[in-house]
Amino acid sequence: MKHENPIRFREGVWQSEINVRNFIQTNYQPYEGDSGFLAGATERTHNLMKKVEELFALERQRGGVLDIDTNTVSSLTSYAPGFIDRENELIVGLQTDAPLKRGVNPFGGIRMVRNACAAYGYQLSDLVEKEFKFRTTHNDGVFRAYTDEMRMARKCHVITGLPDAYGRGRIIGDYRRVALYGVDALIEEKKKDKKALANSNFNTEEVRKSEELFQQIAFLGYLKEMAFMYGYDISRPAQNAREAIQWTYFAYLASIKEQNGAAMSLGRVSTFFDIYLEKEIAEGTLTEAEAQELIDDFVIKLRVARHLRTPEYNELFGGDPMWITESVGGMGEDGRTLVTKTSFRILNTLYTLGSSPEPNLTVLWSNALPEGFKKFCAKVSVDTDSIQYENDDVMRPIYGDDYAIACCVSAMKIGKQMQFFGARCNLAKLLLIAINGGYDTTSNMKIGPQMPVLEGDWLDYDTVMKRFEVYLEWLSRLYVNTMNVIHYMHDKYAYEKTQMALHDTEVERFMAFGIAGLSVLTDSLSAIKYAAVRPIKDENGYIVDFETAGSFPKYGNDDDRVDLIAKEMTNKVICELRKTPTYRNAMHTLSVLTITSNVMYGKHTGATPDGRKAGEAFAPGANPMHNREENGALASLNSVAKISYNDCRDGISNTFSITPAALGRNDGERVDNLVSILDGYFAKKAHHINVNVLNRETLMKAYEDPEAFPNLTIRVSGYAVNFHKLSREQQREVISRTFHEVL
Amino acid sequence: MRKDTSVTGRVHSIQTLGTLDGPGVRFVVFLQGCNLRCGCCHNPDTWETGCGTEYEALAIAEKAERYRAYFGKDGGITLSGGEPLLQAGFACEIFRLCKQRGINTCLDTSGSIWNGDVEELLRYTDRVLLDIKYPTDEQYRAYVGCNIAAPLHFLSELNRREIAVTLRQVVIPTLNDNLQSTEMLSALVKKYSCVDRVELLPFKKICQVKYDGMGIPFRFAHMDEPSDEAVACLQERIEIPERK
Repeated sequence: MKHENPIRFREGVWQSEINVRNFIQTNYQPYEGDSGFLAGATERTHNLMKKVEELFALERQRGGVLDIDTNTVSSLTSYAPGFIDRENELIVGLQTDAPLKRGVNPFGGIRMVRNACAAYGYQLSDLVEKEFKFRTTHNDGVFRAYTDEMRMARKCHVITGLPDAYGRGRIIGDYRRVALYGVDALIEEKKKDKKALANSNFNTEEVRKSEELFQQIAFLGYLKEMAFMYGYDISRPAQNAREAIQWTYFAYLASIKEQNGAAMSLGRVSTFFDIYLEKEIAEGTLTEAEAQELIDDFVIKLRVARHLRTPEYNELFGGDPMWITESVGGMGEDGRTLVTKTSFRILNTLYTLGSSPEPNLTVLWSNALPEGFKKFCAKVSVDTDSIQYENDDVMRPIYGDDYAIACCVSAMKIGKQMQFFGARCNLAKLLLIAINGGYDTTSNMKIGPQMPVLEGDWLDYDTVMKRFEVYLEWLSRLYVNTMNVIHYMHDKYAYEKTQMALHDTEVERFMAFGIAGLSVLTDSLSAIKYAAVRPIKDENGYIVDFETAGSFPKYGNDDDRVDLIAKEMTNKVICELRKTPTYRNAMHTLSVLTITSNVMYGKHTGATPDGRKAGEAFAPGANPMHNREENGALASLNSVAKISYNDCRDGISNTFSITPAALGRNDGERVDNLVSILDGYFAKKAHHINVNVLNRETLMKAYEDPEAFPNLTIRVSGYAVNFHKLSREQQREVISRTFHEVL
Repeated sequence: MRKDTSVTGRVHSIQTLGTLDGPGVRFVVFLQGCNLRCGCCHNPDTWETGCGTEYEALAIAEKAERYRAYFGKDGGITLSGGEPLLQAGFACEIFRLCKQRGINTCLDTSGSIWNGDVEELLRYTDRVLLDIKYPTDEQYRAYVGCNIAAPLHFLSELNRREIAVTLRQVVIPTLNDNLQSTEMLSALVKKYSCVDRVELLPFKKICQVKYDGMGIPFRFAHMDEPSDEAVACLQERIEIPERK
């Protein structure tokens, strides 16, 4: 079948198969210049954004939630069309019938929705309660199947943040397909796939796939219907730039109406849009200001996207994030850069609309990126603290050149790979449980293999390691099995119909495990190895504290003696995880990422041999512990860069904060120096870095007077937040982190 | 015969990300020990000789090498202090090994010491950040502890060797925030073609805590910090001619 497109594009295999990458490769125009061409915001954009800012202020006043529709279950067509300012919007579509009004989505779990409503002074309607009385949610399914041990691991917080009560997220539909092919062509392809399935032996996988295809096709139909309610016929391909953006946005919008996944990322749309925009600019039918306006309006829509969450959820993922991650830049496999003018335009929204955590703008950095783009990114970082960087030179050889980041650091080929997201296990806590022979001193629970508490006046490295390995083996198996339960049930009761309809039918799956407390574990092991650690027992004979005598090398100082412990630990964890098979044969992957949950993990972990006190926060992600660095920022970066991406294919997050004064004497130097730092860090094969260029004093002022800094954005682990949306505890933790400064 | 690479010296601290001591991103090594006692000094903990951590020159060069990827086209290693010229032999060996590795070298000094080791060191030095602290010999004797002829001679030697020079001055209100000082700097720029930059740095008192911690008086505690505008205004008065 030949996919007819009303616009005359360069021909390619994209016309005979669903292949957005090929369309991009045959039609895009790399841009090697600087940011000089960019236009500012138009009057219309300013006015629309002003309305949005007013709504944001009102939302803040009402305690973080503007309004909840407690009567309507969120889905593609369940709300009447909503607008911010109907006459003045270029791109339309809201999750509910009004901006910032949150819908309820009980498919993941009704209890969470009920609690979330109650937390903000609402009550879930009887209508919805009644309907879900006779429905099994994902949450119901999971808890039916959980073993006692799984519940215990969850309860004592050795495994935390499991997506067992809400949507799992971390799935990126190839939303561009809707614009390029129109929905009807996508339905045709899926019908073909379903027909072809008839030739196979029907076993569990085939039966499941057949039902999934049925659902995918049905939801593509609802997607058309949803767009039609807004007055658009998206059964056919987009015919111009505005339609391309609108069609793509409709597809994304349908996904966030259907699902309340933890991270619902966008993919990699800028360079795709660029093809349409540049065509019209070349034809003289679109100006630069109009092109920027379209991108601005699209981004405004992303900025008003919301999910309804409970306060407990916010303790894990502070700041009400959506992780609408857009991957920008990178290089093509043929050596041409994938940077286009629209890569600049989307970053430019941080100026035209002001700084913001969403969308989560993620630059795929390569040493080969054009200088002009590198400098613009660095400038945006210095000015707004709103972007993160990930190493394209490390990921491209694995995922090709049409991958995107889901959530913070999870790479996947768009429309071809997806992941089963699975929170993280707490390694620092596991060490304590191991030393205590299967007893958790913070929850007073017995868990894991039972054996005597480690004997002796001093902890011996080899003995501790041997013990730790026993418990790691136990936890890894439990962790994989728990994830298998969760994802089996999510597929069964809350399958992502729209998003998976925008994937190839044959999809590769990752199962993404995570670890927290890497730097605490590493420094603790280093203390045991290089200093003398004396365990202190309580009246019941459990080890609850440590006395550490002598100095020991600390992670974050580019010292191999300790950095290699971190590297070895990540390798050990992934090797252990691989021993237990996964649901749907997903590939095991591992991340070192904590979002803001490093505060919560610390709270539930006793004192550790590295000198960290009981309850004290961990460092975020793969960061060294706060204020243990003696040789400055680059030593710290080198330490993190030693952790192998091959062991941690789900990402290694590092958050870097530096004062403007420490980065250079003036903005020009700061930009140049930041480019050098990024080039250097990524040349070391590091994976990810968040960059904050700001003074601690600014944060302290914002802590005292949040209203005065409504737009203060700061990068935390893998995403960005409005500082004022963090809890007080999270704010204090962010302030206490290492700031590289001039002494 | 003992190899030169076993030359050792005393190091106060290492800052792997230096952006203020020389061009680009720099690996900055603060050497221990200083022959001067400047009233405005913000590193009193580097004064004493004989303490600090002992390092081999080779170890420093190898450490610097670990950061090469970050240096870009302008960055490299900077030796600061303390006074690196006090350990000129050690400094020279570090720079020689760095040059061997293709790493740009920069020396941050008061220029108050001149001997054979220093001459040898300059063979491996790409740039010097030379402190010209005050416009008069009287002030040098009162607030620094040497005469003004020493740094001026040092500058002439740098010029003879065609080593790029950044002149630096810490601006201290009432002492050198005046016409006499900017005119002197301008004259030096004019006279010596090796000078391609002049950096005026604002005097800061944040180091008071270090003095308190060490239990010694901060001689300039009573002085005011200059405003950024005042420093910028002085900076504007100094013209750098286009060099070929």
